[in-house]
Amino acid sequence: MFEEIGTTESGDLVINVGPQHPSTHGVLHLIITLNGETIKNVEPHLGYIHRSIEKMCESLTYRQFIYVTSRMDYLSSHINNHGCAMCVEQGLQIEVPPRAKVIRVLMDELTRLASHQLWWGALAMDVGALTPFFHAFREREMINEIMEETCGARLTMNYMVPGGVMIDLHPSFQQKVKEFITHFRSKIDEYDELVTGNVIFQNRMKGVGYISREDAISYGCTGPTARGSGIRCDIRKLFPYEVYDQVQFEEITETGGDCFARYLVRMQEMRQSLSIIEQLIDNIPEGDFQAKTKAVLKLPKGEFYSIIETARGEFGVYIVSEGGTTPYRIKFRSPGFSNLSALNHMARGHKIGDLVAIMGTLDLVIPDIDR
Amino acid sequence: MSPEELKNKVANLLAPGQTGDAAPVPADAAPSPLPWEEGAQWPALMIDPTQWLTVARQLRSTPSLAFDFLFCLTCIDWKTHFTMVYHLRSTTHHHTLVIKAKLDRADPVIASVTPIWHTAEFHEREVYDLFGVQFEGHPDLRRLFLTDEWIGYPLRKDYEDPVNMIKL
Repeated sequence: MFEEIGTTESGDLVINVGPQHPSTHGVLHLIITLNGETIKNVEPHLGYIHRSIEKMCESLTYRQFIYVTSRMDYLSSHINNHGCAMCVEQGLQIEVPPRAKVIRVLMDELTRLASHQLWWGALAMDVGALTPFFHAFREREMINEIMEETCGARLTMNYMVPGGVMIDLHPSFQQKVKEFITHFRSKIDEYDELVTGNVIFQNRMKGVGYISREDAISYGCTGPTARGSGIRCDIRKLFPYEVYDQVQFEEITETGGDCFARYLVRMQEMRQSLSIIEQLIDNIPEGDFQAKTKAVLKLPKGEFYSIIETARGEFGVYIVSEGGTTPYRIKFRSPGFSNLSALNHMARGHKIGDLVAIMGTLDLVIPDIDR
Repeated sequence: MSPEELKNKVANLLAPGQTGDAAPVPADAAPSPLPWEEGAQWPALMIDPTQWLTVARQLRSTPSLAFDFLFCLTCIDWKTHFTMVYHLRSTTHHHTLVIKAKLDRADPVIASVTPIWHTAEFHEREVYDLFGVQFEGHPDLRRLFLTDEWIGYPLRKDYEDPVNMIKL
């Protein structure tokens, strides 16, 4: 595939971006055809971090395979684990205790915040502003510390298990989360002052990477990428799980369809996540944090599919069981994979510098795409 | 729409012979009930793979069904045959339908639905890469994750790779 690189007969320039390009935040390899500075075609080459997780899971038990899924979307590892645990619970018809449900939602929303914070800092860095990156990482560190205390890990949590959560919350969890909320409420306004209203930033975002509602649906876009085009696709609202039907929050949509619309959706989502955490943090029910389950889990013969909303969109777990202790076939529907397929459509006709902004607002995590 | 209403709507849409029934249906006979899967999470229907493109177009374009969102496309190796699984949802009606098609393991071929749902382009390339299913009419059917020189299809159950695979 590398012999394609160079100048074509019609004078177009074919170049590599990645697999070690800083703006891809991972090992994404794009082959771009350029006419001058205008993008004519973007072709992703995947597989640099393909581990065949689906094949690995076929030889892991229903307790073991959840640990591997932390390594897919490493910024949403709680939510990945949660989706897998929900699928196993669906198969075994386990009722999760109320305390575990609330803990799960709290952890999911903290994860969403941490993920969006990192996205915000990295996007600003990609388009040339270095300072926001340090602001974002300062606030993200607080969440990481909260996670570390309770889960013992900062990135690959492996905290959600079939039946509930692995261990109870750390005694200082509530207090630390409350401190974080107060701190971040003022900081998120600072984020807006620093970046959102910035004219240079807006010029880089507005009108760039447009995708219409119909195209976004057809390309299978989900999450903030689709909501920026006005699609109401939040799984937390469409098919509520755990306690999402008992908390008040809004599904954020924008109709712009461009990079700035996707940016605004994520910024508003952070405020909604804060509000969800605020509603739940003082209302964690007492009781068990884990349902009683058998030591060896055996799913009945059949097919089970669970859907969950990660920070990037709809994450699906499809388990085909033959009745044994390991899945016969498992498929992970990762949000990044479908969102990436729309990249060529969004980037065509724009300048090469805009590609970085478009990729930034898609919020790609490469291990999630390659699996 | 309840699952039963959805099933009826789909049944009215599909002409006899498009489903996985092996026996030919006489023209004057009452339409036989569709082979819906029992106890499934969502209505799941087995169809004849040669009819898939026609069925897909109808499911996409009928306003009362409007399955415009293909959210999952995958394949299962049952050792005797392959089963393609398509998960469809409507963004207007929010109902879900699962379509399955049995493929011959020696020569797995099915029509590509990339013209109907653009997301299928990458998903079908993935299934081609890992299962070796041929998608007729796909604009650019190449390996997606593995290198072009890779031999074999890793997600098939009989795949052996002494170097990269560790048996547990």
